[in-house]
Amino acid sequence: MRRDDFLKHVAWTGTGIAWSLSSGGLFNAQRALAAGSGISFVQISDSHIGFSHPENPDVAGTFAQTIDAINAMPVQPTFVVHTGDVTHLSKPAQFDTAKQILGTLKAPLVVLPGEHDVIGTPGAFFAAFGKGNATKGWSSWDQGGVHFLSLVNVFNFEIDGKLGPEQLDFVEKDLAAQKSSTPIVVFAHVPLYALFPPWGWTTEDGSRVLAALRRFNAVTVLNGHIHQIVQHTDGNIRFATAASTAYPQPAPGTAAKPGPLQVPQSRLKSVLGYRSVEIARNTATIADHSLQT
Amino acid sequence: MSRLFLGLQGALLALALTAGVSAAAPPLLPSVATVHIKDFKYHPPALTVHVGDRVTFVNDDDEAHTVTATDKSFDSEGLDTAGTWQHVFTKPGTYNYFCELHPYMKATIVVLPAAPAQ
Repeated sequence: MRRDDFLKHVAWTGTGIAWSLSSGGLFNAQRALAAGSGISFVQISDSHIGFSHPENPDVAGTFAQTIDAINAMPVQPTFVVHTGDVTHLSKPAQFDTAKQILGTLKAPLVVLPGEHDVIGTPGAFFAAFGKGNATKGWSSWDQGGVHFLSLVNVFNFEIDGKLGPEQLDFVEKDLAAQKSSTPIVVFAHVPLYALFPPWGWTTEDGSRVLAALRRFNAVTVLNGHIHQIVQHTDGNIRFATAASTAYPQPAPGTAAKPGPLQVPQSRLKSVLGYRSVEIARNTATIADHSLQT
Repeated sequence: MSRLFLGLQGALLALALTAGVSAAAPPLLPSVATVHIKDFKYHPPALTVHVGDRVTFVNDDDEAHTVTATDKSFDSEGLDTAGTWQHVFTKPGTYNYFCELHPYMKATIVVLPAAPAQ
């Protein structure tokens, strides 16, 4: 058994023990959480409900398995965030199926759109998940001593991965009002940095957000879109893209094009999953859990 | 007319999806040209037709794509693998279009005035 398989196995069976990708360690964070400071949440992404091809003929099944695994966590997360591409083609029936599965979550849900959720118009997405207090789709809030920003970089008509001047102004004003010592967590669908521009895995105007994040002690930026776990650190900013619950995509530049990647059915669940995150004492602990049982 | 056609096509697609069948292609009408979407490219990338001509678009890729005019005059919305969509061009002009899901995919259709009767 290869070491990474072992780690994923432990992550799945020991619900209290997670595969920690951080150097800080999960247990320090748990102690801090027990002491009453900090927050834990779960990230899921790219469920592509409506996709039905050989790479995963049952995306609703793997999505439901993901939700069941989260519901089985001994300590329920404060909330679950879905970082976009809930559906494959923005069809009302696909949103209905997704809502039905998400409706079984015990924890509160936050949903951001991906470009697959806003084909044509964002109308079906907002009809399914509402806007909450985010009239434009983006928002910020404070919870557990952490300042959260939920951004939308899939609304530009001709550019995927663009926030636009109105949202950038919002971000800059919002962050200007925060203390540098406050941990910041940012959610978006498309990566905010230039992860792999030839495949569109970048946000054209993301650098203005990153500039506004520089003065903070601890920043975590979480996204989806590329259907694989990639961690990247740039100064004070830690980036992590999440696995999909539906199907993997090739690692950057390892194929002629992005898109669904066929892996042996026996391995599929080892590359799908969810992520738990704990923020405590300026330490973000990110643990990725696969669906492999 | 084209709105009605699109509506019917959408209803058929929704029925196919609800039934759990892979999106069955709606009945295709004769068209003067077919654009294939393959490897994140439109083939051919440039096409010339005449007013009144019907063009068929076929997604031959593993990934979903769209056929979306930059001037918003036409939009296939999401085309799944093996999905087809047709459009009748009614006004002369140069139409640039792209994929909403992968906007770096771009192509052009030039529509000339109706061909004179033979």
